[in-house]
Amino acid sequence: MAKRKMTASVVCQEPLASDVFSMWIQADAIAKEASAGQFVSVYTKDGAKLLPRPISLCEVDKEQGRIRLVYRVVGQGTKEFSTYQAGESVAILGPLGNGFPLVHKKAFLIGGGIGIPPMLELSKQLQGEKQIILGYRDIRFLDEELAAYGKVYLATEDGSAGTKGNVMDAIRQNALEAEVIFACGPTPMLRAIQAYALEKGIECYLSLEERMACGIGACLGCVCQSKEVDEHSHVHNKRVCNDGPVFRAEEVEL
Amino acid sequence: MNMKVTLAGVEFKNPVMEASGTFGSGMEYSEFVDLNQLGAVVSKGVASVPWAGNPLPRVAETYGGMLNAIGLQNPGMDVFIERDLPFLKQFDTRVIVNVCGKSVKEYVEVVERLADEAVDMLEINISCPNVKEGGIMFGQDPKAAEAITKEVKKYAKQPIIMKLSPNVTDIKQMAKAVEAGGADVVSLINTLTGMKIDVNRRTFALGNRTGGLSGPAIKPVAVRMVYEVATAVKIPIIGMGGIMTGEDALEFILAGASAVSVGTANFHNPYATLDVLKGIEDYMKKYNVEELNSLIGAVHG
Repeated sequence: MAKRKMTASVVCQEPLASDVFSMWIQADAIAKEASAGQFVSVYTKDGAKLLPRPISLCEVDKEQGRIRLVYRVVGQGTKEFSTYQAGESVAILGPLGNGFPLVHKKAFLIGGGIGIPPMLELSKQLQGEKQIILGYRDIRFLDEELAAYGKVYLATEDGSAGTKGNVMDAIRQNALEAEVIFACGPTPMLRAIQAYALEKGIECYLSLEERMACGIGACLGCVCQSKEVDEHSHVHNKRVCNDGPVFRAEEVEL
Repeated sequence: MNMKVTLAGVEFKNPVMEASGTFGSGMEYSEFVDLNQLGAVVSKGVASVPWAGNPLPRVAETYGGMLNAIGLQNPGMDVFIERDLPFLKQFDTRVIVNVCGKSVKEYVEVVERLADEAVDMLEINISCPNVKEGGIMFGQDPKAAEAITKEVKKYAKQPIIMKLSPNVTDIKQMAKAVEAGGADVVSLINTLTGMKIDVNRRTFALGNRTGGLSGPAIKPVAVRMVYEVATAVKIPIIGMGGIMTGEDALEFILAGASAVSVGTANFHNPYATLDVLKGIEDYMKKYNVEELNSLIGAVHG
């Protein structure tokens, strides 16, 4: 699992929603090594912005040596990325993080908002029954693509599609059950899923997000709280970038 | 072409090291950088016991720089000696251990514990702006700085580098104080205390409210301080603060630094230390400089 920083090139880019973009990048060396649930750090071209932006892998095309990033524009850095055209160069570091373990059982794949993208590559890799539960504020993206790999259940805050409410409401309303859970999304969502999984004794993997600097486990900028003393840090901290971003539900305090 | 430099009797194959806290204990960056090529590896701050560090968020980007308030999270000296030091000793590079503490006693505990270990130098961190006790307490008062230097020197078997804070009125005074206390080397600058407000959340960007500003935005301040300190003390200086390129490093060397540390640049470019080294080599070739030593403090005339 060699990490590397490389200059890659944009294959294509399109908007999926008003502020959500999908970008395919030709990055052979990274695509070769990458797996579902990992991420890359993307550097802006503005020298005044030093820190790379960590973005999860939405899809990995190993045959063509490409990775797909689906990301939300939240500031000037991601705004710059959204302007990239086909052929444009982009500096990326990766693949980073541990990724999801491929546990082939009856599964929930739960994505909330911009936590949805990693569920696409995961849904392609997992075998077995897949129930894909997606939570949106209002505008939907990737739901139709995900439907090719499993049964999709929607939850929207405004009730415009599926269950009105959150992903837990959708699980309850549809009386869904699973033997393993994979989830990525906002912390309140992950907290609810963690409580649900622990109560029911379901194997559960949560992908966390945090502000990062180095992205490789050196700076200790992006830690999360661990239940037990961590064997690397020797305190109740785990590094989201390097020990995660995917953690077992019983490992972390959210 | 000779890039060797000697600080307090310790010879370094070249003047390029990385700044404490930006490089872990070298393990993570060794995937990108051949540590054998560096003059030294400087460890993250090591305390007598494990420290959990500060609340999140711990980092925030700023224009041309970043703020951090990690709070010196570290696994403690026992883990450092059992795990990190043997890792570093595999490489042909000098090992400098950055030492932190909340009291003189805690600093001394680490210094004593490292006395018989294969460590080339100790860097005493009296300048971290992100911990309430210790650290900066000793780094803003010349008398306290001199006193802790003296105390550490009593127990240290390796040469001592005192790491200075820029968050003072006159850094020359601080440098003179630690020199009077027996410091063998000074390193500067640590980060400048700063703050960022998250206007969307209407609160502080960092969990600790304030953090240390680093990166190219602070380089002119750092170069000025190295220049001033070079006029004030006779002991050698390790210069740092926003070094991204070989030319940046040369500014520090010409201002009076015998060695340089690359910090925040590692986050922007994991190969930054080697790029800086290459940049210095290219400069020496371009200007036919045979001895790196001849560049140290050259602007002082």
